[in-house]
Amino acid sequence: MVPGRSPIELRSSTEPLAASATHRAIDAVWRIESARLIAGLTRIVRDVSVAEDLAQDALVAALEQWPESGIPDNPGAWLMAAAKHRGIDALRRRVTLERKQELIGRELQILGQLDQPDLAAQVDDVQDDILRLVFMTCHPVLSREARVALTLRLLGGLSTPEIARAFLVSEGTVAQRIVRAKRTLAQARVPFEVPARDELADRLSAVLEVIYLVFNEGYAATAGEHWIRPALCEDALRLGRILAALMPREPEVHGLLALMELQASRLRARVGPHGEPVLLADQDRARWDHLLVQRGLAGLQRAEERSRALGPYTLQAAIAACHARARSVEETDWARIVALYDGLAALTGSPVVELNRAVAVTMAFGPKAGLELVDSLADGPALRGYHLLPSVRGDLLVRLGRLAEAREEFLRAADLCDNDRERELLLSRAVACGT
Amino acid sequence: MRFMVLVPASPESEAGEMPTTELLEAMNKYNEELVKAGVMLAGEGLHPSSKGAKVRFDGAQRNVVDGPFTEAKELVAGFWVWECASREEAIEWLKRAPFDGGVELELRQVFEAEDFGEELTPELREAEARMREQTAAQN
Repeated sequence: MVPGRSPIELRSSTEPLAASATHRAIDAVWRIESARLIAGLTRIVRDVSVAEDLAQDALVAALEQWPESGIPDNPGAWLMAAAKHRGIDALRRRVTLERKQELIGRELQILGQLDQPDLAAQVDDVQDDILRLVFMTCHPVLSREARVALTLRLLGGLSTPEIARAFLVSEGTVAQRIVRAKRTLAQARVPFEVPARDELADRLSAVLEVIYLVFNEGYAATAGEHWIRPALCEDALRLGRILAALMPREPEVHGLLALMELQASRLRARVGPHGEPVLLADQDRARWDHLLVQRGLAGLQRAEERSRALGPYTLQAAIAACHARARSVEETDWARIVALYDGLAALTGSPVVELNRAVAVTMAFGPKAGLELVDSLADGPALRGYHLLPSVRGDLLVRLGRLAEAREEFLRAADLCDNDRERELLLSRAVACGT
Repeated sequence: MRFMVLVPASPESEAGEMPTTELLEAMNKYNEELVKAGVMLAGEGLHPSSKGAKVRFDGAQRNVVDGPFTEAKELVAGFWVWECASREEAIEWLKRAPFDGGVELELRQVFEAEDFGEELTPELREAEARMREQTAAQN
């Protein structure tokens, strides 16, 4: 272990070996233990970069030893002990090699901290460490991309290649992002702590944003050949569930989780047999995941019970719940959805929310009312270049029987859309309008 | 991937005896771990089979047999539903469960609707959805 060294991508280099059962089991242990390990080590060494290097070293040790020795009874404690031993050894070796009388201050400090009795094993506050780590990886000093990459890597237990595949960028880009993010955290001296009450609301909303960004990239991929990527949704759900257990009193944490569970309940109905998107109105509701629906509705109730005024995620969850409870599009409580969108629009001022509200207004009060709203949005600059605006407008024009205009809108939407599957759907809708 | 863990009944669970405080605490701690790791979707314990029944199907005939049933080992006393990234991860979690004395727990992967493919016709799907919604409405 050498502090500041660029992280080696162990998991990618060992992937050919992963065929063996032990390696798959080690992978599983890593997924379970890595966040706790890194969080515990960060508390000890106060540097997330050093902590991750130590954790990676422990993983190397496991990959070397477990195929022979079998997986230990308490793999988490084993990994923590290995990380500390390796850290101490590497630091001492470096002293010898470089024939220095003393370590530079920072390394000496780390060595001292590692030599302490195993605090992580004694104290039952590993969960608090994970929470501190969440607030660190989602710190506003980092760019959004960096927050997402670092959170998936350190808390989701994803390897750099996995993150790269998920976001359709090169491994080098993700690795760079993570290295820079860790450097930024160190330079900005971001403390390893849960924010104080006065800044908690803002910092928590940054955390929720990261989780929802991950979820959305899985739920409606912004680019690429696949329309949904369920594995990414599962990673986000897992993070959301972890956070809900860590901060059970925060309404918006439950609100976000409820929203994701309700949306995820529709995942398998959102894709047709050939990978094409299936819109809510056309979905086979029997294919919704009813366990997730139940969990989502229960989560929404928890969020509402804890709220004085409903927050943006809870409002969105409440909207999703209207769909989840409805047996069909016709039986959906559209008037309630409009009211919920009113609240959401007032809270966020987001033109995307206004657009969704216009759709709900259409369903509740007819396409003419909806089109008026959409047209007022189309005049503003905020949604210029947003493919869903012409897509929604096209849909409303179809309902009004104005097919030629609708066709133009669908073509414009297809032009603006970066997702291949979604573009195909838009083009087919344009074709359906005739020529 | 979704998994179900089946917990077998024991003579004690069949007799309706509550587990010891020690075991309950261990089980609570384990459940808490599962929740905090974001793995747990559902988990329930079942009453003894004396409160249950079996329905036997023969042609148009339906024979109801009231519990209790023998062979405790073949009866289920509880279950968990977990969301895990792999079978290996589910096994790793299961290995941490607080059981002893030769008890064997069964881990099974849950079928999802798409696994049925065309066997499930749209009509069957709709009927299933109606049924589930009614169940949901009663909860």
